[in-house]
Amino acid sequence: MLAFILRRIGQAILVLLTVALISFSLFRFVGDPTQQMTSQDTTLEERLQIRKNLGLDDPVVVQFARFIGNAARFDFGVSYQNRQPVAKLIGDRFPATMELAFASAMFALLVGIPMGVYAGLKPNSWLARLFQTVSLVGISLPTFLIGILLIFIFSVSFGLLPSFGRQGVVNLGFWTTGFLTWEGIRSLILPSITLGLFQMTLIMRLVRSEMMEVLRTDYVKFAKARGLTPRAVNYRHALKNTLIPVITITGLQLGSIIAFAIITETVFQWPGMGLMFLQAVQTVDIPIMSAYLLLVATLFVLINLIVDLLYALVDPRIRLSGKAA
Amino acid sequence: MNQNVPPPPTTGAPAGRLARAWDSDLAYSFRTSPVAVFAAVLALVMVMSAIAAPLIAPYDPFDPASLDLMDGFTRPMQPNEISGKVFWLGSDGQGRDIFSAILYGSRVSLLVGAASVIFSLVLGVGLGLVAGYVGGRTEALIMRVADIQLSFPAILVALLVFGVARGLIPPAAQEQATLWVLVVAIGLSNWAQYARTVRGSTLVEKNKVYVDAARLIGLKAMPVMLRHVLPNVMGPVLVIATINLALAIIEEATLSFLGVGMPPTQPSLGTLIRFGQQFLFSGEWWILFFPALALVLLALAINLLGDWLRDALNPKLR
Repeated sequence: MLAFILRRIGQAILVLLTVALISFSLFRFVGDPTQQMTSQDTTLEERLQIRKNLGLDDPVVVQFARFIGNAARFDFGVSYQNRQPVAKLIGDRFPATMELAFASAMFALLVGIPMGVYAGLKPNSWLARLFQTVSLVGISLPTFLIGILLIFIFSVSFGLLPSFGRQGVVNLGFWTTGFLTWEGIRSLILPSITLGLFQMTLIMRLVRSEMMEVLRTDYVKFAKARGLTPRAVNYRHALKNTLIPVITITGLQLGSIIAFAIITETVFQWPGMGLMFLQAVQTVDIPIMSAYLLLVATLFVLINLIVDLLYALVDPRIRLSGKAA
Repeated sequence: MNQNVPPPPTTGAPAGRLARAWDSDLAYSFRTSPVAVFAAVLALVMVMSAIAAPLIAPYDPFDPASLDLMDGFTRPMQPNEISGKVFWLGSDGQGRDIFSAILYGSRVSLLVGAASVIFSLVLGVGLGLVAGYVGGRTEALIMRVADIQLSFPAILVALLVFGVARGLIPPAAQEQATLWVLVVAIGLSNWAQYARTVRGSTLVEKNKVYVDAARLIGLKAMPVMLRHVLPNVMGPVLVIATINLALAIIEEATLSFLGVGMPPTQPSLGTLIRFGQQFLFSGEWWILFFPALALVLLALAINLLGDWLRDALNPKLR
């Protein structure tokens, strides 16, 4: 088990270093950082001074080491556009994206699993067939169109929910949250459904097929033969085993939820990191781009790592094979 | 291997060739699948009308002289109150015909989609072939990079490439370059899947006797890879390419919708949807609805074709 953990951590660090190298090269080689921070009136001496202050005259290896050191202390420099520290800009917007991602993951799980269980238990009922068809739509519609469609139905036609922005936000000092007010929760509903719909259909289809597979296995037949109630067989025996792949997929999908938040945040003008990253791409604000890249990569790698370790914890077969090796 | 087989005697070609194609397994499975026929017809109609856009479009949406602000916001199928012109699918705020804009827009979408699929196919198949055939360190390096690439969502990679290209290309040249920047950005975000698949099948193929034979007659690695291994690993690649075409079109639409894609002077379907979204609250639904419908139908048709092709080529399902 220990060897397994160490190996996974080693791989994670290697991936992170690669991404750090990419985001460092972005910062260092795409455009001239001094060009972005100066105007036409800046004298040559001032330019050279800025170059020196930024440490651009040092060897590249030294610069990379400094980049990593700074990144470890959350120092990503100053945004070209806003002239504010990138860490502060990201810190301000981090809670918005995280709450959105959390809400959509919850939506995907709490709706997707029951739908999948039902469709797996009664694959031929009309409701299960409806689920299948709807999930096909969910997979083939682009995210931004789903968002627009939801806005059109719930905001424009019926005026039930707000169509953009993050409202009713309570500032807790270190974190801003929309979960504490009714307004905040209302403004979360449409974006999180938009973002979570794809994951929901994925989880539903996964649970359905896993359920159907598990129900055919011998131990379920044996449980039935022992005279256990269908409830105990379906939920205590079958469902428990279908949840292992669900954990993996949910974990891996958390990463793409954060990435796809870029689209959802644009459609709903949600003030999160994704919207900021998109604006940075449009204005070639390299410090924000490289910091976002590094942050998202770290989240991805951490999530993957946790999922792998959790997997080993939940599934005794993996733990045992690790021990044997 | 295919190259070494003499071409079969073509009796009565092209009629004979057509008849043989008609009798093949693939054609049979196509004929008996209504979904596939429907998808193929839909895709064909959309592709043909996109290609023939200058011939069939009732208006030229990019000729400023033909635009009249008085024609703005005309409802679909109803004559404009002032000029009396009829726009089949309505017109936008500047009096641009939505139908013509969609025809030209799907042209751009298809061009970017197809070019980026070709780009990622050549890159991915090439790298996969080399990784599988050469092995060793080269293989490890290529496959590690592919792993990292695959763990990031395509849209993120494409955005990043796009941002980098913005920083590198001088502002004056940016508008013309956007199309090719998009092709590269989308292509670079999708190559890993081809590389994985091709590497897998190359590992199997390279141990077969015909590859040994080719090597024995003194061929170098390059011709063996290209002329002998490549034709035998292309089957699954075509399926991936079809499905990726739909994905690439949607990815391009997403980027354009986000405002980092095709410029307003050369709109793709995504750019049109981005415009249309502004009128969501004011009731001019057709400016948004028809381009969105065109995008969904195009992606759906290609997806259905890809699904059918995958099942038809899968020997397990025969």
